[in-house]
Amino acid sequence: MEFSYNWDFNSILFNWDVLAHGLLVTMQISAITLTAGLGFGFFLGLGRYSRLQIFRFPSNVFVELFRNVPALVVIIWFFFAFPIISPFEVDAFTAACLAISVNTAAFSADIYRAGIQSISPHQWEAGRALGMPYLTILRRIVFPQAIKRVIPPLTSRGIEAVKLSTLASVIAVNELLYSAKQLSAIHFNPIEAYTAVALIFFMIIYPLTRFSYFLERRLGHSD
Amino acid sequence: MSAILSIKEMKKSFGSLDVLKGIDLEVKESETIVILGASGSGKSTMLRCINFLEMPTSGEIHLNDELVGTVRGKGENTNITYRESDLCSLRTKVGMVFQQFNLFPHMTVLENVMEGQVTVLKRKKIDASNRAKEQLGKVNLLDKIDQYPSHLSGGQQQRVAIARALAMDPKVMLFDEVTSALDPELVGEVLQTIRSLRDEGMTMLLVTHELGFAYHVADRILFLHEGQILEQGTPQDILFHSKQARTKEFLKGHAAFSLPNPETD
Ligand SMILES: Nc1ncnc2c1ncn2[C@@H]1O[C@H](COP(=O)(O)OP(=O)(O)OP(=O)(O)O)[C@@H](O)[C@H]1O
Ligand SMILES: [Mg+2]
Repeated sequence: MEFSYNWDFNSILFNWDVLAHGLLVTMQISAITLTAGLGFGFFLGLGRYSRLQIFRFPSNVFVELFRNVPALVVIIWFFFAFPIISPFEVDAFTAACLAISVNTAAFSADIYRAGIQSISPHQWEAGRALGMPYLTILRRIVFPQAIKRVIPPLTSRGIEAVKLSTLASVIAVNELLYSAKQLSAIHFNPIEAYTAVALIFFMIIYPLTRFSYFLERRLGHSD
Repeated sequence: MSAILSIKEMKKSFGSLDVLKGIDLEVKESETIVILGASGSGKSTMLRCINFLEMPTSGEIHLNDELVGTVRGKGENTNITYRESDLCSLRTKVGMVFQQFNLFPHMTVLENVMEGQVTVLKRKKIDASNRAKEQLGKVNLLDKIDQYPSHLSGGQQQRVAIARALAMDPKVMLFDEVTSALDPELVGEVLQTIRSLRDEGMTMLLVTHELGFAYHVADRILFLHEGQILEQGTPQDILFHSKQARTKEFLKGHAAFSLPNPETD
């Protein structure tokens, strides 16, 4: 058995712009899904926590649905099925962003909810005893305390969303993984191309992971 | 009518459990009322119904002769409904201090005492800060205003909680076993604070197990049993000449608290 592989990274280096463009698209998907997902998740979390059935019920349905259907299936569904049952045109990029946002929202909703619920009922009571209305207590007493507890898990969720962006490649969105696939099809160097992709992801995500450990330690200590 | 707080037929049930079975009480201005009773007799529930942390199941509460809540329906079917905004404004007039201090841990002592003034009473920051300092001065904590609650002793935290409630200028103060969570050596400073409030003429209802303290500060003692006021009277009446077997039994259980000798005191 011959075990001497001729690594050919030149074809990667000469075509760095293809991967750079892929990276750009990956960043775009990440930025959009992080903002939309974590933002919408906040309101879903409040909805799930709400005392009012009209907020709680739809939030629960949404969260349970998108937590229990794999993100990949949701992406494919948004791309192929959604345009048929709705009047909207959905291109691959939009479908991918929607699906990953929705997944991130569903998972982060419970992080927010758990954060709010982790605040002792005594804090609510102290606020109410001072005459503070519900929303004032949320805003002034509960959120400032809950935020410390939700930031570390939200950071992990954010990292997960960046990883999920690679799923967009199955519907031919030109992100990093898909760019590597295209490169390898032209230059017959899949090993080098995917190695490069793996390295790039590692270089992006590893610092984020370190950062989340740091936050966890930092915020865990302060109260 | 000189009653500042008047409670009529106040009842409270949790599901099928009837906790308060009709409380009638008239509290005069500047009166200090101590509520005694066995665990589970409904003392906390009674206080919590007075400032609507729990909604009474039925009954009326008048504060300064004003009915709290809105009467709906006619004849037999009257019931009282409450709007959040009404309850919030009522709660600013009835201050409450809890066993567990419940300070806001993310705010300094000064911010704790300013919070309700700014967000609820809409006072200007500068006014709220001045009022807070005045109140903190009275509980001897001016040197702690920039500390966070976690850096204070239990007694200090409880005094901040009292200052926080008083800064709202309540008409009535409710104290629910405010010394029960404290180390014995810290109880005195909190009781001293309450005593000086009494001397200033604050109207107060307090639940406590400190019978000696009750003897000295109470104008009237209520003995609560199974959700009803079984007996009430002056500290002398209740602590030394109780007519009810239940009360006597309860007082016996508190023999550890040495009562002042009625002859010499
Ligand atoms: N939120 C609630 N839901 C259900 N039951 C409750 C609730 N709050 C109080 N109870 C019940 O009401 C009864 C009276 O409780 P409460 O706390 O008023 O007693 P207490 O006299 O303050 O007792 P303690 O001296 O132990 O504080 C108890 O049987 C308690 O279990
Ligand atoms: Mg109690």
